[in-house]
Amino acid sequence: MTLPPFQSLLDAHAPDVHRFLVAAVGRHDGDDLFQETVISALRSYPGLRHADNLRGWLFTIAHRKVIDQARRRVRQPVPAADPPEVPQLDADTLGDAELWDAVRRLPPKQRSAVVQRYLLDRPYAEIAAVIGSSEDATRQNVRAGLQRLRQEVTR
Amino acid sequence: MNATNPTNELHERSDRRGPGGPGGADGDDLGERLRRTDTTDVTALVDAALRRADAEGLVEVGWVVEDTPIGPLTLAATPAGVVRIEFGHEERVLDELASEVSPRVVRLPGRLDEVRRELEEYFARRRRRFDVPVDRRLSRGYRRTVLEALSREVPYGQTVSYKELAERTGNPKASRAVGSAMATNPIPIVVPCHRVLRTGGALGGYGGGIDTKVWLLRHEGALLG
Repeated sequence: MTLPPFQSLLDAHAPDVHRFLVAAVGRHDGDDLFQETVISALRSYPGLRHADNLRGWLFTIAHRKVIDQARRRVRQPVPAADPPEVPQLDADTLGDAELWDAVRRLPPKQRSAVVQRYLLDRPYAEIAAVIGSSEDATRQNVRAGLQRLRQEVTR
Repeated sequence: MNATNPTNELHERSDRRGPGGPGGADGDDLGERLRRTDTTDVTALVDAALRRADAEGLVEVGWVVEDTPIGPLTLAATPAGVVRIEFGHEERVLDELASEVSPRVVRLPGRLDEVRRELEEYFARRRRRFDVPVDRRLSRGYRRTVLEALSREVPYGQTVSYKELAERTGNPKASRAVGSAMATNPIPIVVPCHRVLRTGGALGGYGGGIDTKVWLLRHEGALLG
Protein backbone atom coordinates (compact mmCIF):
# COMPACT_ATOMS: atom_id res chain seq x y z
CA MET A 1 0.00 0.00 0.00
CA THR A 2 1.49 3.31 -1.07
CA LEU A 3 0.16 6.61 0.17
CA PRO A 4 0.72 9.72 -1.95
CA PRO A 5 2.98 12.47 -0.59
CA PHE A 6 1.11 14.32 2.17
CA GLN A 7 1.72 17.53 0.24
CA SER A 8 -0.63 16.37 -2.50
CA LEU A 9 -3.51 16.23 0.03
CA LEU A 10 -2.73 19.76 1.11
CA ASP A 11 -2.58 20.99 -2.47
CA ALA A 12 -5.91 19.39 -3.30
CA HIS A 13 -7.93 20.00 -0.13
CA ALA A 14 -6.38 22.58 2.18
CA PRO A 15 -8.40 25.55 0.80
CA ASP A 16 -11.72 23.71 1.31
CA VAL A 17 -10.76 22.48 4.77
CA HIS A 18 -9.93 26.06 5.72
CA ARG A 19 -13.20 27.43 4.33
CA PHE A 20 -15.11 24.73 6.17
CA LEU A 21 -13.45 25.58 9.48
CA VAL A 22 -13.78 29.35 9.07
CA ALA A 23 -17.45 28.92 8.24
CA ALA A 24 -17.98 26.62 11.22
CA VAL A 25 -16.12 28.53 13.93
CA GLY A 26 -15.12 31.95 12.57
CA ARG A 27 -11.93 33.32 11.14
CA HIS A 28 -9.73 33.44 14.23
CA ASP A 29 -10.56 30.01 15.61
CA GLY A 30 -10.82 28.66 12.07
CA ASP A 31 -7.17 29.51 11.39
CA ASP A 32 -6.15 27.76 14.62
CA LEU A 33 -8.25 24.67 14.00
CA PHE A 34 -6.94 24.54 10.44
CA GLN A 35 -3.34 24.34 11.65
CA GLU A 36 -4.32 21.74 14.25
CA THR A 37 -6.04 19.72 11.54
CA VAL A 38 -2.95 19.77 9.32
CA ILE A 39 -0.70 18.68 12.20
CA SER A 40 -3.07 15.93 13.43
CA ALA A 41 -3.47 14.62 9.90
CA LEU A 42 0.28 14.54 9.29
CA ARG A 43 0.77 12.74 12.60
CA SER A 44 -1.60 9.89 11.79
CA TYR A 45 -1.09 9.80 8.02
CA PRO A 46 1.48 6.96 7.82
CA GLY A 47 -0.89 4.69 9.77
CA LEU A 48 -3.65 4.88 7.13
CA ARG A 49 -4.43 1.50 5.63
CA HIS A 50 -5.72 2.74 2.30
CA ALA A 51 -5.83 5.90 0.22
CA ASP A 52 -9.41 5.53 -1.02
CA ASN A 53 -10.96 8.65 0.46
CA LEU A 54 -8.26 10.98 1.66
CA ARG A 55 -10.49 14.03 1.32
CA GLY A 56 -13.11 12.46 3.56
CA TRP A 57 -10.45 11.42 6.05
CA LEU A 58 -9.11 14.97 6.21
CA PHE A 59 -12.60 16.40 6.68
CA THR A 60 -13.33 13.88 9.42
CA ILE A 61 -10.34 15.25 11.33
CA ALA A 62 -11.49 18.83 10.73
CA HIS A 63 -15.06 17.96 11.77
CA ARG A 64 -13.77 16.46 15.04
CA LYS A 65 -11.84 19.64 15.72
CA VAL A 66 -15.11 21.55 15.45
CA ILE A 67 -16.88 19.11 17.80
CA ASP A 68 -13.98 19.19 20.29
CA GLN A 69 -13.95 22.96 20.27
CA ALA A 70 -17.70 23.07 20.94
CA ARG A 71 -17.21 20.70 23.90
CA ARG A 72 -14.41 22.85 25.28
CA ARG A 73 -16.69 25.86 24.99
CA VAL A 74 -19.39 24.11 26.97
CA ARG A 75 -16.99 23.13 29.73
CA GLN A 76 -15.29 26.51 29.89
CA PRO A 77 -17.73 29.20 28.89
CA VAL A 78 -15.97 32.16 27.39
CA PRO A 79 -16.57 35.29 29.46
CA ALA A 80 -18.88 37.66 27.67
CA ALA A 81 -16.80 40.05 25.60
CA ASP A 82 -17.71 43.55 24.65
CA PRO A 83 -20.21 43.48 21.86
CA PRO A 84 -18.31 43.59 18.59
CA GLU A 85 -18.31 46.84 16.70
CA VAL A 86 -20.82 46.81 13.94
CA PRO A 87 -18.94 47.51 10.74
CA GLN A 88 -20.40 49.71 8.04
CA LEU A 89 -22.00 47.28 5.70
CA ASP A 90 -24.57 47.37 3.00
CA ALA A 91 -27.83 45.56 3.63
CA ASP A 92 -26.94 42.47 1.65
CA THR A 93 -23.59 41.98 3.33
CA LEU A 94 -25.09 42.59 6.74
CA GLY A 95 -27.54 39.84 5.98
CA ASP A 96 -24.67 37.46 5.39
CA ALA A 97 -22.88 38.43 8.60
CA GLU A 98 -26.06 37.80 10.51
CA LEU A 99 -26.46 34.49 8.73
CA TRP A 100 -22.93 33.30 9.53
CA ASP A 101 -23.32 34.28 13.16
CA ALA A 102 -26.47 32.19 13.23
CA VAL A 103 -24.66 29.28 11.57
CA ARG A 104 -22.10 29.36 14.36
CA ARG A 105 -24.84 29.11 16.96
CA LEU A 106 -26.07 25.81 15.52
CA PRO A 107 -25.18 22.63 17.39
CA PRO A 108 -21.77 21.54 16.07
CA LYS A 109 -22.90 18.50 14.12
CA GLN A 110 -25.70 20.38 12.38
CA ARG A 111 -23.32 23.24 11.73
CA SER A 112 -20.72 20.95 10.20
CA ALA A 113 -23.32 19.30 7.98
CA VAL A 114 -24.88 22.58 6.83
CA VAL A 115 -21.48 24.06 5.97
CA GLN A 116 -20.36 20.98 4.04
CA ARG A 117 -23.65 20.88 2.17
CA TYR A 118 -23.97 24.53 1.21
CA LEU A 119 -20.54 26.09 1.39
CA LEU A 120 -18.71 23.13 -0.15
CA ASP A 121 -21.49 21.54 -2.23
CA ARG A 122 -20.75 18.04 -0.95
CA PRO A 123 -23.12 15.14 -1.52
CA TYR A 124 -25.01 13.77 1.49
CA ALA A 125 -23.28 10.40 1.37
CA GLU A 126 -19.91 12.06 1.75
CA ILE A 127 -21.05 14.36 4.56
CA ALA A 128 -22.58 11.38 6.36
CA ALA A 129 -19.24 9.57 6.30
CA VAL A 130 -17.42 12.62 7.62
CA ILE A 131 -19.75 13.26 10.55
CA GLY A 132 -20.28 9.58 11.29
CA SER A 133 -24.05 9.48 10.70
CA SER A 134 -26.35 7.71 8.30
CA GLU A 135 -27.31 9.52 5.12
CA ASP A 136 -30.89 9.93 6.35
CA ALA A 137 -29.75 11.34 9.66
CA THR A 138 -27.47 13.72 7.81
CA ARG A 139 -30.32 15.00 5.63
CA GLN A 140 -32.31 15.47 8.82
CA ASN A 141 -29.38 17.36 10.38
CA VAL A 142 -29.17 19.71 7.42
CA ARG A 143 -32.94 20.21 7.32
CA ALA A 144 -33.09 20.97 11.03
CA GLY A 145 -30.14 23.33 10.73
CA LEU A 146 -31.73 25.25 7.87
CA GLN A 147 -35.04 25.44 9.69
CA ARG A 148 -33.36 26.95 12.70
CA LEU A 149 -31.42 29.40 10.56
CA ARG A 150 -34.63 30.46 8.89
CA GLN A 151 -36.16 31.23 12.26
CA GLU A 152 -33.17 33.23 13.41
CA VAL A 153 -32.29 35.17 10.30
CA THR A 154 -34.32 37.96 8.79
CA ARG A 155 -34.82 37.42 5.10
CA MET B 1 -4.93 40.72 11.70
CA ASN B 2 -7.18 38.10 13.17
CA ALA B 3 -8.65 40.52 15.67
CA THR B 4 -10.86 42.10 13.04
CA ASN B 5 -14.43 41.08 12.58
CA PRO B 6 -14.19 37.31 12.35
CA THR B 7 -16.94 37.09 9.78
CA ASN B 8 -15.24 39.53 7.47
CA GLU B 9 -13.90 36.78 5.28
CA LEU B 10 -17.35 35.47 4.69
CA HIS B 11 -18.98 38.62 3.43
CA GLU B 12 -17.15 38.88 0.21
CA ARG B 13 -19.31 37.91 -2.65
CA SER B 14 -18.08 35.32 -5.00
CA ASP B 15 -19.63 34.70 -8.34
CA ARG B 16 -17.49 31.70 -9.10
CA ARG B 17 -20.41 29.35 -8.51
CA GLY B 18 -23.29 29.47 -10.89
CA PRO B 19 -26.79 28.41 -10.02
CA GLY B 20 -27.65 24.75 -10.02
CA GLY B 21 -24.94 23.33 -7.80
CA PRO B 22 -26.02 20.30 -5.80
CA GLY B 23 -27.27 22.56 -3.00
CA GLY B 24 -29.61 24.15 -5.51
CA ALA B 25 -31.56 20.93 -5.52
CA ASP B 26 -32.86 22.01 -2.16
CA GLY B 27 -34.28 25.06 -3.92
CA ASP B 28 -33.35 27.41 -1.15
CA ASP B 29 -32.24 31.03 -1.21
CA LEU B 30 -30.73 30.51 2.21
CA GLY B 31 -28.42 28.03 0.55
CA GLU B 32 -27.41 30.67 -2.00
CA ARG B 33 -26.56 33.08 0.78
CA LEU B 34 -24.49 30.43 2.55
CA ARG B 35 -22.43 29.95 -0.58
CA ARG B 36 -21.23 33.52 -0.64
CA THR B 37 -17.79 33.31 0.78
CA ASP B 38 -14.33 34.18 -0.36
CA THR B 39 -11.45 31.83 -0.86
CA THR B 40 -8.53 32.75 1.34
CA ASP B 41 -5.01 31.92 0.25
CA VAL B 42 -4.06 29.27 2.77
CA THR B 43 -0.39 28.98 1.78
CA ALA B 44 0.89 31.00 4.73
CA LEU B 45 -1.27 29.01 7.16
CA VAL B 46 -0.13 25.71 5.69
CA ASP B 47 3.51 26.80 5.91
CA ALA B 48 3.07 27.83 9.55
CA ALA B 49 1.37 24.52 10.38
CA LEU B 50 4.16 22.57 8.69
CA ARG B 51 6.85 24.46 10.58
CA ARG B 52 5.07 23.53 13.81
CA ALA B 53 4.75 19.93 12.65
CA ASP B 54 8.47 19.91 11.84
CA ALA B 55 9.27 21.15 15.35
CA GLU B 56 7.31 18.14 16.62
CA GLY B 57 9.40 15.81 14.45
CA LEU B 58 6.54 14.98 12.07
CA VAL B 59 8.16 15.94 8.75
CA GLU B 60 10.19 13.04 7.45
CA VAL B 61 10.86 14.52 4.01
CA GLY B 62 10.92 18.26 3.35
CA TRP B 63 11.35 19.55 -0.18
CA VAL B 64 11.56 22.73 -2.18
CA VAL B 65 12.14 23.67 -5.81
CA GLU B 66 15.13 25.97 -6.27
CA ASP B 67 16.00 27.94 -9.40
CA THR B 68 19.66 27.60 -10.42
CA PRO B 69 21.79 28.47 -13.47
CA ILE B 70 21.16 24.93 -14.75
CA GLY B 71 17.42 25.23 -14.29
CA PRO B 72 15.07 24.35 -11.42
CA LEU B 73 16.18 21.63 -9.02
CA THR B 74 13.92 19.66 -6.71
CA LEU B 75 15.75 19.39 -3.38
CA ALA B 76 14.62 17.02 -0.63
CA ALA B 77 16.00 16.30 2.83
CA THR B 78 15.23 14.11 5.81
CA PRO B 79 16.25 15.23 9.32
CA ALA B 80 19.53 13.36 8.63
CA GLY B 81 20.46 15.33 5.52
CA VAL B 82 19.94 15.85 1.80
CA VAL B 83 18.34 12.69 0.47
CA ARG B 84 17.40 13.54 -3.11
CA ILE B 85 18.16 16.11 -5.80
CA GLU B 86 16.41 15.99 -9.15
CA PHE B 87 16.62 18.14 -12.25
CA GLY B 88 13.40 20.02 -12.88
CA HIS B 89 10.23 20.06 -10.82
CA GLU B 90 9.17 16.45 -10.78
CA GLU B 91 6.03 15.21 -9.05
CA ARG B 92 7.40 11.74 -9.71
CA VAL B 93 10.25 12.42 -7.27
CA LEU B 94 7.80 13.21 -4.47
CA ASP B 95 5.90 10.00 -5.21
CA GLU B 96 9.14 8.03 -5.02
CA LEU B 97 10.10 9.65 -1.75
CA ALA B 98 6.65 8.90 -0.35
CA SER B 99 6.99 5.20 -1.15
CA GLU B 100 10.71 4.77 -0.43
CA VAL B 101 11.18 6.99 2.64
CA SER B 102 7.85 8.04 4.16
CA PRO B 103 4.51 9.46 2.98
CA ARG B 104 5.15 12.41 5.30
CA VAL B 105 6.50 14.43 2.38
CA VAL B 106 5.78 18.17 2.51
CA ARG B 107 7.08 21.42 1.12
CA LEU B 108 9.40 22.78 3.82
CA PRO B 109 11.84 25.36 2.44
CA GLY B 110 13.57 25.84 5.81
CA ARG B 111 14.74 22.23 5.77
CA LEU B 112 16.75 22.98 2.63
CA ASP B 113 18.31 26.30 3.66
CA GLU B 114 21.80 24.90 4.07
CA VAL B 115 21.98 23.02 0.77
CA ARG B 116 20.43 25.99 -1.05
CA ARG B 117 23.12 28.27 0.34
CA GLU B 118 25.91 25.85 -0.60
CA LEU B 119 24.52 25.40 -4.10
CA GLU B 120 24.33 29.16 -4.53
CA GLU B 121 27.97 29.44 -3.48
CA TYR B 122 28.94 26.57 -5.77
CA PHE B 123 27.28 28.21 -8.77
CA ALA B 124 28.94 31.52 -7.86
CA ARG B 125 32.33 29.73 -7.77
CA ARG B 126 32.70 30.49 -4.08
CA ARG B 127 32.51 26.83 -3.01
CA ARG B 128 34.42 23.80 -4.27
CA ARG B 129 33.03 21.10 -1.99
CA PHE B 130 29.74 20.50 -0.24
CA ASP B 131 29.67 20.27 3.55
CA VAL B 132 25.93 19.82 3.99
CA PRO B 133 25.05 16.42 5.54
CA VAL B 134 23.70 13.87 3.08
CA ASP B 135 21.32 11.01 3.79
CA ARG B 136 22.41 8.11 1.57
CA ARG B 137 19.53 5.81 2.42
CA LEU B 138 18.34 5.65 -1.20
CA SER B 139 21.60 3.96 -2.28
CA ARG B 140 22.45 0.45 -1.19
CA GLY B 141 25.24 -2.06 -1.46
CA TYR B 142 27.96 -1.57 -4.01
CA ARG B 143 26.27 1.46 -5.57
CA ARG B 144 26.48 3.21 -2.25
CA THR B 145 30.14 2.21 -1.84
CA VAL B 146 30.93 3.69 -5.25
CA LEU B 147 29.08 6.95 -4.58
CA GLU B 148 30.85 7.33 -1.24
CA ALA B 149 34.20 6.78 -2.95
CA LEU B 150 33.27 9.37 -5.57
CA SER B 151 32.47 11.98 -2.90
CA ARG B 152 35.68 11.21 -1.08
CA GLU B 153 38.14 10.89 -3.91
CA VAL B 154 37.16 12.99 -6.91
CA PRO B 155 37.39 16.68 -6.04
CA TYR B 156 36.14 19.76 -7.84
CA GLY B 157 37.67 20.29 -11.26
CA GLN B 158 38.84 16.69 -11.69
CA THR B 159 37.37 13.80 -13.61
CA VAL B 160 37.68 10.05 -13.40
CA SER B 161 36.66 7.19 -15.70
CA TYR B 162 34.13 4.53 -14.76
CA LYS B 163 36.99 2.03 -14.85
CA GLU B 164 39.26 4.10 -12.57
CA LEU B 165 36.46 4.55 -10.07
CA ALA B 166 35.85 0.80 -10.12
CA GLU B 167 39.55 0.26 -9.40
CA ARG B 168 39.46 2.71 -6.50
CA THR B 169 36.73 0.69 -4.85
CA GLY B 170 38.86 -2.44 -5.19
CA ASN B 171 36.68 -3.89 -7.96
CA PRO B 172 38.55 -3.23 -11.21
CA LYS B 173 36.10 -5.26 -13.28
CA ALA B 174 33.02 -3.44 -11.99
CA SER B 175 32.96 -0.49 -14.37
CA ARG B 176 29.49 -1.47 -15.58
CA ALA B 177 28.23 -1.49 -12.00
CA VAL B 178 29.91 1.88 -11.51
CA GLY B 179 27.98 3.15 -14.52
CA SER B 180 24.66 2.06 -13.04
CA ALA B 181 25.62 3.58 -9.67
CA MET B 182 26.18 6.91 -11.44
CA ALA B 183 22.95 6.60 -13.41
CA THR B 184 20.98 6.08 -10.20
CA ASN B 185 22.79 8.66 -8.05
CA PRO B 186 19.97 10.11 -5.90
CA ILE B 187 21.93 13.28 -5.02
CA PRO B 188 23.57 14.63 -8.21
CA ILE B 189 25.77 17.74 -8.09
CA VAL B 190 26.35 17.35 -4.32
CA VAL B 191 27.53 13.79 -5.00
CA PRO B 192 29.48 14.67 -8.16
CA CYS B 193 28.63 11.97 -10.69
CA HIS B 194 29.12 14.58 -13.42
CA ARG B 195 32.88 14.07 -12.86
CA VAL B 196 32.76 10.47 -14.08
CA LEU B 197 33.49 9.97 -17.80
CA ARG B 198 34.13 7.09 -20.18
CA THR B 199 37.65 5.79 -20.54
CA GLY B 200 39.35 7.97 -23.13
CA GLY B 201 37.35 11.06 -22.15
CA ALA B 202 33.99 10.52 -23.88
CA LEU B 203 31.33 12.17 -21.77
CA GLY B 204 29.05 9.23 -21.07
CA GLY B 205 25.51 9.91 -19.91
CA TYR B 206 23.93 12.18 -17.34
CA GLY B 207 20.57 12.24 -15.62
CA GLY B 208 20.24 15.98 -16.08
CA GLY B 209 21.09 15.72 -19.79
CA ILE B 210 24.47 15.82 -21.45
CA ASP B 211 24.35 19.63 -21.81
CA THR B 212 24.10 19.97 -18.05
CA LYS B 213 27.04 17.63 -17.57
CA VAL B 214 29.13 19.73 -19.98
CA TRP B 215 27.98 22.92 -18.23
CA LEU B 216 29.05 21.61 -14.81
CA LEU B 217 32.43 20.35 -16.05
CA ARG B 218 33.14 23.68 -17.74
CA HIS B 219 31.98 25.52 -14.64
CA GLU B 220 34.54 23.58 -12.61
CA GLY B 221 37.25 24.10 -15.24
CA ALA B 222 37.47 20.37 -15.96
CA LEU B 223 36.51 20.89 -19.59
CA LEU B 224 37.82 23.71 -21.73
CA GLY B 225 35.72 25.72 -24.11
